[in-house]
Amino acid sequence: MALPNKSLGELKAVRDPEVEEREVDILIVGGGMAACGTAFEVKKWCGDAKVLLCDKAAMERSGAVAQGLSAINTYIGENTIDDYVRMVRNDLMGLVREDLIFDLGCHIDDSVHLFEEWGLPVWKKSEEGKNLDGKKGLKVGALKSGAKPVRTGKWQIMINGESYKRIVAEAAKLALGEDNIIERCFIVELLLDANEKNRIAGAVGFSVRENKIYIIKCKTAMVACGGAVNIYQPRSVGEGKGRAWYPVWNAGSTYTMCMKVGAELSMMENRFTPARFKDGYGPVGAWFLLFKAKALNGLGENFAASDAAKKELENFAPYGTAAITPTCLRNHLMLFEMKEGRGPIMMDTVTALADIGKTMDKKEIKHLESEAWEDFLDMTCGQANLWCATNTEPEKKNSEIMPTEPYLLGSHSGCCGLWVSGPDYEWIPDAYKIKYNEKVYNRMTTVNGLFTAGDGVGCSGHKFSSGSHAEGRITAKEMSRFIRDNAGFTPTLKQSAQELVDLVYKPVRTFLDNYEYTTDIDINPNYLKPDGMALRLMKATNEYGGGTATFYQTSSKSLEIVMDLLNVMREDCKKLAAGDLHELMRCWEIYHRIWTVEAHLRHIQFRKETRYPGFYYQANYPGQDDANWFCFVNSKYDPAAGKWDIFKKDYIKIIP
Amino acid sequence: MPSYVIAEKCDGCKGGDKTACMYICPNDLMVLDPNAMKAYNQEPDQCWECFSCVKICPTQAIEVRGYSDFVPLGSSVMPMMGTEDIMWTCKFRNGLIKRFKFPIRTTPEGQANAYADLKGKDLDSGLLSTEETDGYQIPKPQATV
Ligand SMILES: Cc1cc2nc3c(=O)[nH]c(=O)nc-3n(C[C@H](O)[C@H](O)[C@H](O)COP(=O)(O)OP(=O)(O)OC[C@H]3O[C@@H](n4cnc5c(N)ncnc54)[C@H](O)[C@@H]3O)c2cc1C
Ligand code: SF4
Ligand code: SF4
Repeated sequence: MALPNKSLGELKAVRDPEVEEREVDILIVGGGMAACGTAFEVKKWCGDAKVLLCDKAAMERSGAVAQGLSAINTYIGENTIDDYVRMVRNDLMGLVREDLIFDLGCHIDDSVHLFEEWGLPVWKKSEEGKNLDGKKGLKVGALKSGAKPVRTGKWQIMINGESYKRIVAEAAKLALGEDNIIERCFIVELLLDANEKNRIAGAVGFSVRENKIYIIKCKTAMVACGGAVNIYQPRSVGEGKGRAWYPVWNAGSTYTMCMKVGAELSMMENRFTPARFKDGYGPVGAWFLLFKAKALNGLGENFAASDAAKKELENFAPYGTAAITPTCLRNHLMLFEMKEGRGPIMMDTVTALADIGKTMDKKEIKHLESEAWEDFLDMTCGQANLWCATNTEPEKKNSEIMPTEPYLLGSHSGCCGLWVSGPDYEWIPDAYKIKYNEKVYNRMTTVNGLFTAGDGVGCSGHKFSSGSHAEGRITAKEMSRFIRDNAGFTPTLKQSAQELVDLVYKPVRTFLDNYEYTTDIDINPNYLKPDGMALRLMKATNEYGGGTATFYQTSSKSLEIVMDLLNVMREDCKKLAAGDLHELMRCWEIYHRIWTVEAHLRHIQFRKETRYPGFYYQANYPGQDDANWFCFVNSKYDPAAGKWDIFKKDYIKIIP
Repeated sequence: MPSYVIAEKCDGCKGGDKTACMYICPNDLMVLDPNAMKAYNQEPDQCWECFSCVKICPTQAIEVRGYSDFVPLGSSVMPMMGTEDIMWTCKFRNGLIKRFKFPIRTTPEGQANAYADLKGKDLDSGLLSTEETDGYQIPKPQATV
């Protein structure tokens, strides 16, 4: 159900919102790639069960795929799933859940085939080996019937993906039914059952369009609210703050909401700081893989191919010496050049296009140029504008690349997230299975009945858009099993409706109680507006938590300091103030971010080594220490006691 | 690169209770000034320049101006959405214009096959619904340690 829009002028928050209570069997939180997968799949398995999906935005363009994508980064196709596992394992420096990755590999292609059937244009190879765009490619048939996609790397396939999210959301909405969807509903907290320990029973959220709180009871839930951005100071600090690589609207809600009900997190120390075209943050993948461009240092050298680089990579064998250098180590080499004064790093687009152009006629060159631009226009329009504004024609002028500020996510080239169960196959060790009443539920967190997918699942990166969708579908079936197997359960909430209203609308009341005291609505000794808190968080993490300010380096002492700062921030969050519903959303976003960052930094603090050089450096523990740290790091917040526990968890190798 | 609304072109989506830009913005930035009946971006420094509002506006009232932090003035990138294709006009600061047309979908809008009537059979297998229909067999690792 898309809610009618009301404008800002009319959207003032009021002290006592309307309360709408709902009771459903299955709750889906989020409306991105993973949640769309769940929405598509769930009715095929859950019988007459009631399902509800809540998205803070409009599914048609919500989440990371809002502006589109130019590639599907994981399509198994002619490869083996075993090799997929090996690739992910190597990129993430050895520590991954091979059961989850293999399981995902079994289902990804089915989602890609659906995307194509729904209308997503997928590039194909013609019989002569030429690239056909998604429309012309239709002539050679569908992927499902054996047509050959255009591969950039071994795993990626090219698409015309401007409307990717619209297409995927359309199928999801049709399958689930508009009546079972609430858009512009921001979920604030998950709720545990009053009678049964460690059992999910619902969630509370509010409408960003009308003064209304939703209290939703459910028997099972899946949370897929993406990863976290704006947790470290972005490289641009004015208007350009919005130009993060990761979409500015994912605020760590997945991690915070799940950890706050006691779900175990895993590998939260892993972060992603991709190298991208400077400032515009346009993608570099197609440039490296499709156009075979090289990155040059300030002296014009292809530094990554130098003997010194090879020697450095040997320090991180076997990962560093593998055929494909892990993402973090590619950053590591780049940062080394920059720190040695051999920056800036330039993408040599001129040579790359000239080289490919040698074997092409005029028409083909024109097509090549259009491919280069489409890569931006499909997913980072702003980078295209930056090229226009700086008169950059890639065939004539090279562009600088630069690592971004850090983000947390579990589905791209990062692997932080929740500790979840693998499927119940005999080749999977018991330690990787989470049971409820003797039965294993795939992708269930350590909270009974609570599932996650996409960026939410830890230790299993490189699933990307297609894998996130497939994983969402897996949870749909597992949640259906869960409610069938536990039919006798009636969710009961611990908190009264009034308590929940008081919790969610606290920032509104703080505002209404105090705003008349000063003449400036934003400056008041009795409250803090969320934008101020957001800047405080980003300043602290940037300076002490290994942000761009320190070339991603932190230390034991710095971590102690930032922990203190976070603690005070959490205290001050009690005085967040919201004058309208948009600001109320910002209050809860910053609250979610602070918790997520705390988990991230606690994990870095615990792991006494530097597992991902290039993503972050713990100065007191440089280098990898396999003897002591070849294991996962998990953490758990105990909601009743208000205490953190952080511990090692065994890594078990499955695939040779 | 924040979006901006050209005052003359915005008609407030004709005063309906749903303005297109407000409906679509993933970050809840576009709002309507109810007195002027014109939309504006309420938090330009939180704009991801995703162009969702630009693409959906029925009167082409929304454009994007590069972030003042690092983008020189004078360029523009404008999409025109069709039902099957998108057409981009990229104007350089030096006046150069490039146009690109890309397909966006191969089926009519609203007709994605949601398999509405498909009901899965074996809830205890690892198969997804369409995999079950296809008779797919779930692979096992070629070898395990
Ligand atoms: C810049 C970028 C480029 C990428 N490029 C590619 C590519 O080329 N190819 C590829 O295959 N993959 C790519 N990916 C990866 C892909 O986009 C992600 O893997 C995928 O979108 C993850 O799915 P998700 O459902 O976990 O999160 P998302 O798709 O981000 O969805 C999150 C959802 O949660 C909602 N939400 C957030 N918080 C709340 C809350 N508190 N309450 C309610 N709803 C909430 C959001 O509105 C959104 O609907 C890219 C990702 C990024 C960021
Ligand atoms: S979509 Fe366009 S016409 Fe409608 S309110 Fe927004 S800017 Fe105005
Ligand atoms: S460009 Fe995207 S983020 Fe910016 S206002 Fe428009 S829809 Fe919102």
